[in-house]
Amino acid sequence: MWKWLHPYAKNQAAYGLCGQMMPWFLWIGASLFLTGCVWGLAFAPSDYQQGDAFRIIYVHVPSALLSMGLYSGMAIMAFVGLVWQIKNAYLAMVSIAPVGAMVTVVALATGAIWGKPMWGTWWEWDARLTSELILLFLYLGVLSLYSVFDDRLKAGKVTAILVLVGSVNLPIIHYSVEWWNTLHQGATITKFAKPSMPTEMLIPLLLSLFGYGFLLASLVCYRIQTALLANDALRPWAQKILLQRAQKASVIGEGNK
Amino acid sequence: MMQAVRGIVRRECRLAFLQPGDVLQPIIFLLLVATLFPLALGPNPSMLNAVGAGVIWVSAILAILLSLDGLFKQDQEDGTLEQYMLSPQPLWLLCFTKVVVHWMLTIVPLLIVSPLVAVFFKLSWDMYWALILTLLMGTPILAFIGGIAVSLTIGLNRGGILLGLLVLPLFIPVLIFATSAIDAVVLQLSYNVQLAWIGALLMLTLAFAPQTIAYGLKVSQN
Amino acid sequence: MAFESFSDFWAMGGYGLYVWLSVGITMLGLVVLWGISVHHRHVLVKHVAKERQRRARIKAAKQKARQSIEGGSA
Repeated sequence: MWKWLHPYAKNQAAYGLCGQMMPWFLWIGASLFLTGCVWGLAFAPSDYQQGDAFRIIYVHVPSALLSMGLYSGMAIMAFVGLVWQIKNAYLAMVSIAPVGAMVTVVALATGAIWGKPMWGTWWEWDARLTSELILLFLYLGVLSLYSVFDDRLKAGKVTAILVLVGSVNLPIIHYSVEWWNTLHQGATITKFAKPSMPTEMLIPLLLSLFGYGFLLASLVCYRIQTALLANDALRPWAQKILLQRAQKASVIGEGNK
Repeated sequence: MMQAVRGIVRRECRLAFLQPGDVLQPIIFLLLVATLFPLALGPNPSMLNAVGAGVIWVSAILAILLSLDGLFKQDQEDGTLEQYMLSPQPLWLLCFTKVVVHWMLTIVPLLIVSPLVAVFFKLSWDMYWALILTLLMGTPILAFIGGIAVSLTIGLNRGGILLGLLVLPLFIPVLIFATSAIDAVVLQLSYNVQLAWIGALLMLTLAFAPQTIAYGLKVSQN
Repeated sequence: MAFESFSDFWAMGGYGLYVWLSVGITMLGLVVLWGISVHHRHVLVKHVAKERQRRARIKAAKQKARQSIEGGSA
């Protein structure tokens, strides 16, 4: 497997691979996500307990799940980077971080908005919301640690260590917050009252979940490309691509004048 | 090997006695923060009793955070850290010793002032006992996790706030278990579960943190 | 279709504000992320192009200076 992956450690090949995957991810993601949202918002039957408010699930659950998923993606990249000393893994890790932070913000916001009609308050110290908030702090820590170093490679290594420490801690934090929550508030209204959803509600949820995932994957591909270009800005292959882009941009700019 | 450990312990203790301010300042800070809360919340005894455990633990965390900043600072400035890294002794052992000594130099003054804080917040004898136990078992975890973050940010001049941003989220489990242990005393429940959790976290931290600190130093120092 | 009419769909059984607010925030998040990423790429391209021009200018100036020195000595 590493023999297959190894050529892609070469930066130009990695750039090409990301460029090939990005449009596919983008179109698959956009079509799945839109289908899932429209199906979920307009066609799925409404919940017998929560009425139509439950439809927030179709945007909340994808962002909540993927905020954790992106952190584990970062952790995998950090591990790969530290163990096999692959520099591009650090680039992928820091390309994921801002995406993960934004997705966490979206998950927090939609969770709070869902809380308003269900709990009657914008913020409830609910276990899920609280762990999501702590996850956001972890993302912000990663972002600010990476930004204080001048040397990109050193910044990548140091941040990778922090990401791994955070990923070991994350399950413990999650468990402790859940435990704290049950301790302080006897019975809260659980968002998912029914253990299993009926199929006509579940299918659009899966569609929007995978669609959102593909959309974010295409975004991460694009960001990795930018990071690769910035990293290799003085190498011939990157110079060629950057020059082409600059010319295209200036042509458009002059056309506007 | 043991000689190296003993050498570090002796050196750290001597430095602490030469500059007692470095050891005492975090504790004075803790006392000050603990004084601010009754002033802000009012001197109602039952309320102080209810928030006491949390306030003391939060101020202990802040005090430890303050003291962490200097964990490797002096060693880095005078070149001792490079000597540690070049020495034939395993670096993780040296880091382990440094953090343990640092922890002891923080926790001893903290334990000395703790009765005062307990009186401030009208803690009962059992609550005070639980506080001491959780502080003894919980603060080494904080010192070691903080040590990791310090090792990562060591080359930077602006460590302070960044350090807090990095470690405070990681301190949350310890804070939760420790304060709930003290709360359990109020409800006259056993707090073995909480202590067991803190103990498990302590073991986990002891097993992995020294190597991580050593690795972080290697990465951020070259 | 789970709704009788379009206005029913818009109202979401009284929860319209919450549902559409969360949908809007999700879409806004995606748009902002794409915007930031495209902006980063744009800044990078501009920066490198500028750097390139600067280097070309320095090269040209050096050449000119060398020529004038050679011309003066000859």
